[in-house]
Amino acid sequence: MTSAPIRLWDFHGGIHPEQNKRQSTQEPSAQARMPAMLTLPLHQHIGAAAEPIVEVGETVLKGQKIASANGYVSAPVHAPTSGKIVDIGDYPIPHPSGLSALSIVIETDGRDEWTSYAAEQDYTETNPSHLRNIIREAGVVGLGGAGFPAFIKLNPGSQKKIKTLIINGVECEPYITCDDMLMREDPQSIIEGIRIMRHALQAERCVIAIEDNKPEAYESICKAASGVEGVNVALVPTRYPQGSEKQLVKVITGKEVPSNGLALDVGVVCHNVSTAAAIYRAIRLGQPLISRMVTITGKGVKRPRNLEVLFGTPMDELLAQCDVEADQIERLIMGGPMMGFALHDTNLPVIKTTNCIIAATREELGVERPVMPCIRCGACADVCPVKLLPQQLYWYSRAKELDKVQEYDLFDCIECGCCSYVCPSNIPLVQFYRFAKGAIWTQEQEQKKAAQARQRHEFHQMRIEREKQEREARRAKKKASRPRATAPKAPPVDGAKIADKMRDEAINQRESAAAARKAEIQAALARVQAKKSASPKPAQSPDKTQKSAITKKDNPTSTHDDDQQVQ
Amino acid sequence: MPFNTPTSPHQLAPTSITRVMMLVILALIPGITAYVWFFGWGVVVNISIALITALSCEALILKLRQRPILPSLSDGSAALTAILIALTLPPLSPWWITVIGVAFAIIIAKQLYGGLGFNPFNPAMVGYVMLLISFPREMTSWIPPTALTDNSLDFLETVMFILFHTLPDGITFDALTEATPLDSLKTHLALGNTVDEIREQLGVDEAASRILSVIPIFGTIGGKGWEWVGGGFLLGGLWLIYQKVISWHIPVAMLGSLFAVSALFYFIDPTHYATPMFHLFSGAAMLGAFFIATDPVTAAASNRGKIIYGCGIGIFTYVIRTWGGYPDAVAFAVLLLNMCTPLIDHYFKSSVFGHKKG
Repeated sequence: MTSAPIRLWDFHGGIHPEQNKRQSTQEPSAQARMPAMLTLPLHQHIGAAAEPIVEVGETVLKGQKIASANGYVSAPVHAPTSGKIVDIGDYPIPHPSGLSALSIVIETDGRDEWTSYAAEQDYTETNPSHLRNIIREAGVVGLGGAGFPAFIKLNPGSQKKIKTLIINGVECEPYITCDDMLMREDPQSIIEGIRIMRHALQAERCVIAIEDNKPEAYESICKAASGVEGVNVALVPTRYPQGSEKQLVKVITGKEVPSNGLALDVGVVCHNVSTAAAIYRAIRLGQPLISRMVTITGKGVKRPRNLEVLFGTPMDELLAQCDVEADQIERLIMGGPMMGFALHDTNLPVIKTTNCIIAATREELGVERPVMPCIRCGACADVCPVKLLPQQLYWYSRAKELDKVQEYDLFDCIECGCCSYVCPSNIPLVQFYRFAKGAIWTQEQEQKKAAQARQRHEFHQMRIEREKQEREARRAKKKASRPRATAPKAPPVDGAKIADKMRDEAINQRESAAAARKAEIQAALARVQAKKSASPKPAQSPDKTQKSAITKKDNPTSTHDDDQQVQ
Repeated sequence: MPFNTPTSPHQLAPTSITRVMMLVILALIPGITAYVWFFGWGVVVNISIALITALSCEALILKLRQRPILPSLSDGSAALTAILIALTLPPLSPWWITVIGVAFAIIIAKQLYGGLGFNPFNPAMVGYVMLLISFPREMTSWIPPTALTDNSLDFLETVMFILFHTLPDGITFDALTEATPLDSLKTHLALGNTVDEIREQLGVDEAASRILSVIPIFGTIGGKGWEWVGGGFLLGGLWLIYQKVISWHIPVAMLGSLFAVSALFYFIDPTHYATPMFHLFSGAAMLGAFFIATDPVTAAASNRGKIIYGCGIGIFTYVIRTWGGYPDAVAFAVLLLNMCTPLIDHYFKSSVFGHKKG
């Protein structure tokens, strides 16, 4: 570690919410108990869901790959322990939508038997692309909460030179302490992981950023990093949302990552401390990502702490291990209180992005204050780390002026929640922005669909006309070939005639369609009346199923949209 | 065990509109104290009448609009509007002036536009301007600071006068009133006198010499009243900036531009234009800069927009004070710039992270 202090920069805005971190750092982290069943969703990361490569009834070993990555931006899933695959099907997943998704269920056998694996002892001799492959195959994703496949961010591309590798130990969200605990207890893995990453990226220097509310972690990392050339540790003043990638890049390098751009564009790559440790395990120990540190906290648990948890472990077992007072829980949050999302149930599995579970009590959440009108006080603009004008965005989102919200750079919003946090009128601003973003995406999709439909329609029209012309031509030919026709009365087929005919036919068609519809309606009315007069019970149920089938068929878009949301 | 799943953030700062409004009202106290000290109990009586009127009107309209009454009444916005109007009125205005002005502000300027947050114009200034245009005589019958007159009323006499227009024996209303410094200056300049001539001709007149004292901060005893009131508002305003209730942009831009423009004309022709400090510490400049122009609902949103907005108010204040038909102009300037707010907001947005050119 070089001793010269690193120059730190500033970012706009930010807030200082109540930390609530001390509760869960009172005791050292522990291993979570092995559950009887592990439910492993195939979609635990950003990108496409993994594809199962095992069958129900198969026995798997710890660390065995059970689902492989599907495409470039994806990550495989491994068995967290040995056992038997008992089901592959839809199970509830921890996701804001509250939906279910394809998961593999393993019945654990308690033997915890490892599969064979190969460790890469001397990575410095290994080709970076081979390292990336190992990391990819180990299913390592960003463990800060986003879950972006880590190997992609270890690929500097052909031209770009990486100046700075930033290791994010900021952990700016209140309550969460899993990175803090890892830095305190296992700094060596982090430093080793950093060495591997630097080799893969050929990065000039590395800065480990830690907020000054974690002095123990800072000490521990400093000690482990001392003597490691080119690695600096920066103690940054605590401020939310400093852990957000673009804000942290600004603080460490002074550079603003362009809108729509990546940190890579300014020669920086950012990884979380836990990701670094996972990479170390993948390369040096040959172990895939099968568990992570999870903070279990909130006033709903009597013994808040950090547990090393196998993926797929049901949350209620973790809560039980932390002496939960189940009846006290008002809200169950995965992630931090600022950006995490509320879960509808405790019976959900821990996945790769589960960094924290908060069992919040009513007292903890505070009294719900009424939403008042916006007074444009600008407190939101003062704290916005992206320097947006949240009150204007709110105004236009509310009015559904979708062009205007985009003009005010809605899509630069990182949904950090600072604006909602400070709003004296208690307006759920972020919710409005999410709504507007969703509305814009829907609109774009609809526009695309409409354009396609129009194209199809035009093509259809063209085809009809062509066919008609061909038919006419054939008829004319036939007529011509019949010699006993009195006179060639029919004038040569011209465009205007065809058009007239087409119009007439169209009118006819329309009329007949209308008639058919009328008949249908009448039939339906008759059916209803018949039903009314007959005993209603047996008649209704088949009718109902029919109806639901129809609505499903009629709305393929709605299910489609849901699918997209999950992705 | 299903839980509610509201969206993030799940943690909120302990703040509210009520708190914001109460801080602003608190910040008015130094100015109000100075005002009462120099201009008597009328100020307090006016504030009381205004408060009662504002809260009743607000409650009435909310009831008619079928909106929840208590949350809106307790947000403190109507109370603040009432106090601000009361502070712009002559201390001995009859009760109905206050009632009409405040009722107009709350009902027409605020609630008819949709209530708090939806009014395009500053309600207090709309109320004040309506009064000034409709009742010019009542609105310009100011009284001199108590230090300058032997005829001052005690609390009871003030209440009796404001409510029933009765004065103690031996005192006439004309003996009580006097034009404001800004007003006298304007009148005398309009008569064709230069600043120096006014000083010479009215040399015996203590009021005139007071008006024209070069730097009112260090002015004669008589000049004190207005300066101290202005100073009180300045103090409260600075505290608001310190508390981060308001940002510095609008007050600094408004006072800065007022100072700059008046300095320019003062240096060009000191015989016809008053000093910059006179402009800053007279009339409603301080109250306007910190408490009225900063009303967030009607002001520009971005920081650059706020500077343009503040400068606009400062310049218009000077222009109307100097060449317009009214002695003071903060209210008109504020309303003019309220009209420009959407335009300013359209052209001056903040520079968003990652959008810098080059």
